Amino acid sequence: MVPIGDYLVLSAVLFVIGGVGVLVRRNPLQMFMAVELMWNAVNLTFVAFARQYLDMAGHIFVFLVITVAAAEVAIGLAIIVMVFRKREHVDVDDLSLMKG
Amino acid sequence: MLSTVVFWIAAALAVSGAIGVVATRNPVHTALSLVLTMLSLGVLFLLLHAEFLAVVEVLVYAGAVMVLFLFVVTLLMAGVKPPKEEHHLRLAYQTLIAGLFGLILFVLVLHSMTGAGWVGTLASPGAGSFGSIASFGTALFTRYLLPFELTAVVLLVAVIGVVVLGREQE
Amino acid sequence: MQDAIVILLLPALGSLIAAVLGKSIGRKATAYVTVGAMGAAFLWAFSVFWRLLQLPASQRSFDPVYWQWIQAGALNLHFGLLIDPLSTTFFLIVTFVGFLIHLYSVGYMHDDENFQRFFAYLNLFALAMLLLVGADNFVFLLVGWGGVGLASYLLIGFWHQRPSAVAAARKALVLNVAGDVGIMLAIFILVTTIGRLNYTGVFSHVSSLTAFQVELIAFLLYLGAAAKSAQFPLHVWLPDAMEGPTPVSALIHAATMVTAGVYLVARAYPIFHAAPVAAEWIAGIGAFTALFAATIAITQNDIKRVIAYSTVSQLGYMFLAAGIGAYAAGIFHLTMHAFFKALLFLAAGSVIHAVSGEQDMRKMGGLKKLLPITYWTMLIGAASNAGVPLFSGFFSKDEILGQALASGHFWLWLVGVVTAFFTALYIFRLIFLVFHGTYRGDGHPHESPKVMTIPLVVLAFGALFGGYLNVPGAWNVFDQWLAPVFARYPGGAIAAASAAPNWGAMALTAVVVLVGIYVAWLFFGRGEVRTELPEGVRGVHKVLYHKYYIDELGHAALIWTSDHLAIVLDLFDRVVMNGIVMGIAGLVKAWGEALAPLQDGFLRRYGLAVLIGGVAIVAYLTLVQ
Repeated sequence: MVPIGDYLVLSAVLFVIGGVGVLVRRNPLQMFMAVELMWNAVNLTFVAFARQYLDMAGHIFVFLVITVAAAEVAIGLAIIVMVFRKREHVDVDDLSLMKG
Repeated sequence: MLSTVVFWIAAALAVSGAIGVVATRNPVHTALSLVLTMLSLGVLFLLLHAEFLAVVEVLVYAGAVMVLFLFVVTLLMAGVKPPKEEHHLRLAYQTLIAGLFGLILFVLVLHSMTGAGWVGTLASPGAGSFGSIASFGTALFTRYLLPFELTAVVLLVAVIGVVVLGREQE
Repeated sequence: MQDAIVILLLPALGSLIAAVLGKSIGRKATAYVTVGAMGAAFLWAFSVFWRLLQLPASQRSFDPVYWQWIQAGALNLHFGLLIDPLSTTFFLIVTFVGFLIHLYSVGYMHDDENFQRFFAYLNLFALAMLLLVGADNFVFLLVGWGGVGLASYLLIGFWHQRPSAVAAARKALVLNVAGDVGIMLAIFILVTTIGRLNYTGVFSHVSSLTAFQVELIAFLLYLGAAAKSAQFPLHVWLPDAMEGPTPVSALIHAATMVTAGVYLVARAYPIFHAAPVAAEWIAGIGAFTALFAATIAITQNDIKRVIAYSTVSQLGYMFLAAGIGAYAAGIFHLTMHAFFKALLFLAAGSVIHAVSGEQDMRKMGGLKKLLPITYWTMLIGAASNAGVPLFSGFFSKDEILGQALASGHFWLWLVGVVTAFFTALYIFRLIFLVFHGTYRGDGHPHESPKVMTIPLVVLAFGALFGGYLNVPGAWNVFDQWLAPVFARYPGGAIAAASAAPNWGAMALTAVVVLVGIYVAWLFFGRGEVRTELPEGVRGVHKVLYHKYYIDELGHAALIWTSDHLAIVLDLFDRVVMNGIVMGIAGLVKAWGEALAPLQDGFLRRYGLAVLIGGVAIVAYLTLVQ
């Protein structure tokens, strides 16, 4: 049997990698995918704990996360498409709309 | 025994997929790395007796969401030059600082896990029908009905939003 | 004695009518009302006096109460009058001399267009002064005190189109009010220690105060008295107060208001008896003031200024007496002084009126034949002022000097004698310069109308014969009249006992006076008046003429310091305060400008900030908890 802790450590690793990835990538799509990675790490945590405590709440939560992630991806991609449609370079650093 | 081996293989694949997400240049490669991670995660879910979720992960997440991603990648990146290499002075240390803090975060999480006694604990003995579709459905439609209904609303909002955003601007 | 309040009500009514209806009823009617009010007040005061005389000496004290104000614990504040020999004496002086001066003013202010306003103020003054001397507690004393200060201000600055008059009025008021503060503080201390403010209550509990408290109260009361009665160095307002019309100088600054300080010390004698340090200071400063003012008087050329400094000097004598405990002697001199000083001022006014407003004595002379009544009455006043034997001033001044010597205050006595020399000198210099020799001016001098000369004659009678109330070695009617007041509480011992006359000292004083007159005659009485002074004296003369430069000193000390203080404070305000305020504003601005680049719209930086924040929170939760 694999100790629960291993799953949690793995989840932490994935989460941190995803976190750093968000800040390092300049392509908005890649940035978004890194965020996806973080969500997945969290999902793993939930499932691990659900298994440990034998509580279905964890599974429900993961279900919800996946749903919301899907919705968010849809909207997020639509926005990205809108913003970067007519640009030459697809680079987040070019955006300065949130200045000030 | 078998589960341990499977776990470690899946874990390794997941981590390499994660690194791939962060490190690859080509967005398509990034997407594919993420898919790899998700599949690995699916396997891990199975190991954790989350049968329904494993399927959902693969079908919905890897199968639908990532496909959507790939669609947009090809749509947007066609004929688009790769991003400029110049580094803005202001963001010169972005990578360094981000890495540093990431490391700190990891250490903190480990610390808390150790403190709570999670590291090294064996999993508790499994219950019979834990994680089956039946039990999932029961939970979803009885105790957690409200969140379920709310997700419907969320999806509706998303649909409307996408339609609005996707319109041709006059 | 309940009706004694009428003495105050009459001038109050007169003042009110003159103020409100004066313009409509015309000058003659206003004059009748106000002068009549004073006359009636005198008659009423006399009746009070008469009734007191009918009673045995020990019963001559009444305390009618007219209005109850505050009653809190032992503090019983009411409006009431204290009718005893001391207050009655003052009632008589104020109303009688006041009446004469009112009468005189009808002639003197004849051409002034603000005739009615003048009489309204005069009556107001009389009211305040009567309240001051009649009140039976310190609070209403203070009300009267402030009232006379106000009336003085109004009357000195009566001709308010003259900037010098306005300045003089302001100077007087400022110094007076400064003194008022002393009395107020004394009242505060009395309330917190003894808890009572009426005379009977306070004086019977003086023994319950510590030495420090009683000395403090005494000094504070003296502060008020010194300001009001022009003691050094608070005397500077009195000579300047001559800017007011001459009747004002006569009434307020000779006969009555300036004597309020002496009244206070005499009235509150139990306090001063228990405060020997303060008493010594009072006597010492009094003696010094007497000599100081007399030396200045011999150099002044303005006829009114000479008489003003004479007042300051004579007040010094009165405080000398009060300081050594010879209250009755001081009050006696005060009474005689009221007569001869008012006489001198009114006569001076007559002279000024005769020479059409000229006040410089160097432009007078030879008026003896032209203004006979003025001359003879003024001569009597001068002789009394100087202390020529058998005139009233002689008896009163010598009683003070005698008491000083008898109680062992040799130096005070000596100063008094030297001052007597200068007194004779300056007053007879005045007489010789104004009336003798030939006329040096360019007007047409003529005698004054009866309404002005009659008061002069009446006052001259008083100045001539008043002294006989207290003849040393024979009888002392005046002292005996005042004795019960000073017998009531401990401390009046000297006041009651009239020292056995020291004939030698008296003779010495008389000789000194006569020598002074002779010296005056030498310099100013024969032939042409010498206007050039011998070489060696010129420097001294300069100092004396400029009044020892006290005014300049005061100006430098107060005005220069306040100007420069203002500069310093302005600097402080502009540099420090402004600097702090603007500095804070600058700091905020700089802080903002430093942080502004953070909001540059670069998403990744925002994300990094979120991460850092999140790490911080996790750190807190994991490490601290």
